[in-house]
Amino acid sequence: MPVAFPFSAIVAQEDMKQALLIAAVDASVGGVLVFGDRGTGKSTAIRGLAALLPEIEVTPGCPCNCDPRADRSLCLDACRARAAEAPGAVARVAVPVVDLPLGATEDRIVGALDLERALTRGEKAFEPGLLARANRGFLYIDEVNLLDDHLVDLLLDAAASGENVVEREGLSVRHPARFVLVGSGNPEEGELRPQLLDRFGLSVEILTPTDMPTRVDVVRRRDDYERDPAAFAAKWAGQDRHLRDAIASARDRLPSIEVPDATLETAATLCMALGTDGLRGELSLIRAARALACLQGGDAVGAAHLKQVAPSALRHRLRRDPLDEAGSTARIDRAIAEVFVS
Amino acid sequence: MIQAPKSPGEIATLAARIFAVDPWGTGICLRAGPGPARDEWLALLRALLPDRPFRKMPLGITDDRLLGGLDLSASLAAGRLVSERGLLAESDGGALIIPSAERLSPEHAARIASVHDRGEVPLERDGLTKRFSAWFGLVLLDEGLCEDEQAPASLTERIAMQVDLTPIRSGELGEADAIAAARECLPRVSVETEAIEAICGAATALGIVSVRAPLLALKVAKIAAALDGRDALSGADLAIAGQLVLGWRATRLPQSDEEQPEEDQQPDAPGDQPESETQSEAEALSEIVVEAVRAALPPDVLARLGAKRAAMRSKSSGQAGVKQRSLTRGRRTGIMQGDLRRGGRLDLVATLRAAAPWQRIRSQSQSAERPGLLQIRASDFRVIRFARKSETLTIFAVDASGSLALNRMAEAKGAVESLLAECYVRRDHVAMLVFGGKTSDLILPPTRSLVRAKRSLIGLPAGGGTPLASGIDAAIAVAQSARKRGQTPLIVLLTDGRANVARDGRPGRHIAHDHALASARLLKSTEIRSLLIDTSPRPDPRAAEIAHSMGASYLALPALNSAALSSAVKQARAR
Repeated sequence: MPVAFPFSAIVAQEDMKQALLIAAVDASVGGVLVFGDRGTGKSTAIRGLAALLPEIEVTPGCPCNCDPRADRSLCLDACRARAAEAPGAVARVAVPVVDLPLGATEDRIVGALDLERALTRGEKAFEPGLLARANRGFLYIDEVNLLDDHLVDLLLDAAASGENVVEREGLSVRHPARFVLVGSGNPEEGELRPQLLDRFGLSVEILTPTDMPTRVDVVRRRDDYERDPAAFAAKWAGQDRHLRDAIASARDRLPSIEVPDATLETAATLCMALGTDGLRGELSLIRAARALACLQGGDAVGAAHLKQVAPSALRHRLRRDPLDEAGSTARIDRAIAEVFVS
Repeated sequence: MIQAPKSPGEIATLAARIFAVDPWGTGICLRAGPGPARDEWLALLRALLPDRPFRKMPLGITDDRLLGGLDLSASLAAGRLVSERGLLAESDGGALIIPSAERLSPEHAARIASVHDRGEVPLERDGLTKRFSAWFGLVLLDEGLCEDEQAPASLTERIAMQVDLTPIRSGELGEADAIAAARECLPRVSVETEAIEAICGAATALGIVSVRAPLLALKVAKIAAALDGRDALSGADLAIAGQLVLGWRATRLPQSDEEQPEEDQQPDAPGDQPESETQSEAEALSEIVVEAVRAALPPDVLARLGAKRAAMRSKSSGQAGVKQRSLTRGRRTGIMQGDLRRGGRLDLVATLRAAAPWQRIRSQSQSAERPGLLQIRASDFRVIRFARKSETLTIFAVDASGSLALNRMAEAKGAVESLLAECYVRRDHVAMLVFGGKTSDLILPPTRSLVRAKRSLIGLPAGGGTPLASGIDAAIAVAQSARKRGQTPLIVLLTDGRANVARDGRPGRHIAHDHALASARLLKSTEIRSLLIDTSPRPDPRAAEIAHSMGASYLALPALNSAALSSAVKQARAR
């Protein structure tokens, strides 16, 4: 894989970049869904994000990228064995951004019996899959609406519980699988099931830029990048580093930032005005606003932050009204205007 | 300096040379049926890429051959997992030919597109995790005869050029010549901002939305310059790019007076003053590109542009793909322990995995008659489980005549959307056709995209007579083609049963009713399930008669509402 297109060099698409950065600051926001036109740099942004994120500390050799300070009893045997060999060892690795390619089979996603060891040595060993590799990182599914239903169910299950339970081929294994699900797709290829939609914390609608200067910029930068990826990445390294520092310091501030009662009330009013189902929307809204406030360097989460994240946090949770022609975004804008005036 | 090519043969030859310089960065779609012209073009391309792979992809290719997977025989012989490259990895550096691209399924297209984007196959299959390099160029052979038969948008979007080979006769293509020099020259070709502005401007003027189009056009222009041995772009290069890359993507042709407003906008941008000269240069270049596109387009293009736009919309929903599902006997949903005698399809890898843990025990217990061989028992067999339930297509045929038409259609529309809104899991498709006046219109082609349905259902026609016979005929046609795709159709006819327009458009109550009965009997003979909903205020015996002839369930719903309608449809479907 050649050098990724730098995240900070992506032209426009502020909504998508903001949502991804929020998820990078606070994984508990839930996943990010990027739905929109073809050729708008969805995959580029996610691959760029991978290069941007600060490294994490892991237990060396753990298939699940286990935190060395975390409770290891939840992890795999392999991890505990390694940890026993070299207690206290710590390795620094890049945050895993795992691609779930279309055509991946179930055994590679959840993990399965290690066929090679079973055939050659007659051992029954677990070979971890993509869910293990994505632990503490990102799991990216391009064309998520084309993924087979039975695989979507597996992912939902793991994403909801934060762990992956494997009961197959005589194996009984569980390991942590906390990851930020990032999905992208084109709505014209088909809808996404509501269960899956609701699972994403933020959803972004992405459109092709139509104004000339932006389009010229997109083409110019892409051309520069393809001519010499390394030099292009070097040119943007400073900006990328700046963003990385912003993410790191936002993470540090996250536990201490204040969420005033007034903000919580405004969030609740907004959700009620929109009639979103359940509390998940409200939680995502608050968490996203908190992460955004940290990114922007504020000391308290205010109405302005809520306003900025509300469309992406709530857009996909509105109950469908077949007779309302207005898109979800328009409905949220309407509600925001009403709530924030009063 | 190369001149912009004039004859179709020259254009096709140039396109082949451009492709050969950078297969991965360009890609091409050939619009033509099989024939000598296409064979000669492919032979030319083959000669231009002498030492590169040149692979053809069969339509029904399975994932293990497309992406790669476990090489079973080698794995068993070696006693360890041996991976096998798929077709995409085998085409690395060369060309991947996709015949009948208009029939490619969206699932296949999405796999190819994602591998193409990153230039490698991320293999996560059969217990293997591998990365194979796959920088291949796409050659789509699009044999679609009409505008609504086109290759999947996810692939055409990523392809630079399209060439129509139909006007080319045998022997009109040029010779293969060396392109190594051009490959060397390509990285040195510099790009001025004016050239980028010209291409973006032309793309906007032609109504091309995607940003990939100008990117690909720029790439093709650079290759054209490199083929000529130059390291600066000329107007001719841009014209070639316009002709090959932008022309077929155009959704409208710019009028000269339409260009006026764009010029007006230019001075508004701040800080442009010193650059006004280069601005006009970019405009002049942009004009060249648009002119080249205009010259390359066939004369009847204006008439076809509208049709093309409609076709582009419908193809993006992946119609062509559904056709293939019948070949695979439903969707693969997993594997299960199974009995081969009942005709299940064996999943070899899963079977091996099931047998593996027992090998040591079994080889000890067995009298070692055939040592070293795998011991597989019947209990190890794993068969592939397919989803039995096939997709359903609910076709709403709505009578758009008379005073109740508006109400009827609003409710049918509501039912369509509520059915779509809740059938993600079952993968149900919905179509809607409207008959009124003298004709019937398929206003919503089979889809399961709510987005599309909403767009198509805005503004519905109404009024005129009741051509019930042609309405039923049209519904049968939609249902039959759905059957060919392996779907189970259900026709829901919403009418008051008072036919008054015959099949040939003549007015007359009696003859119209007779024709309607004939069509209804035809429907019955096809054994397509149907449901007739009588929407007249007082139930009409004629509607019941038609329902009987159709073999349909009859339901009088004088106070029609979409909730009652969708629940009636759901009941009929469950039967």
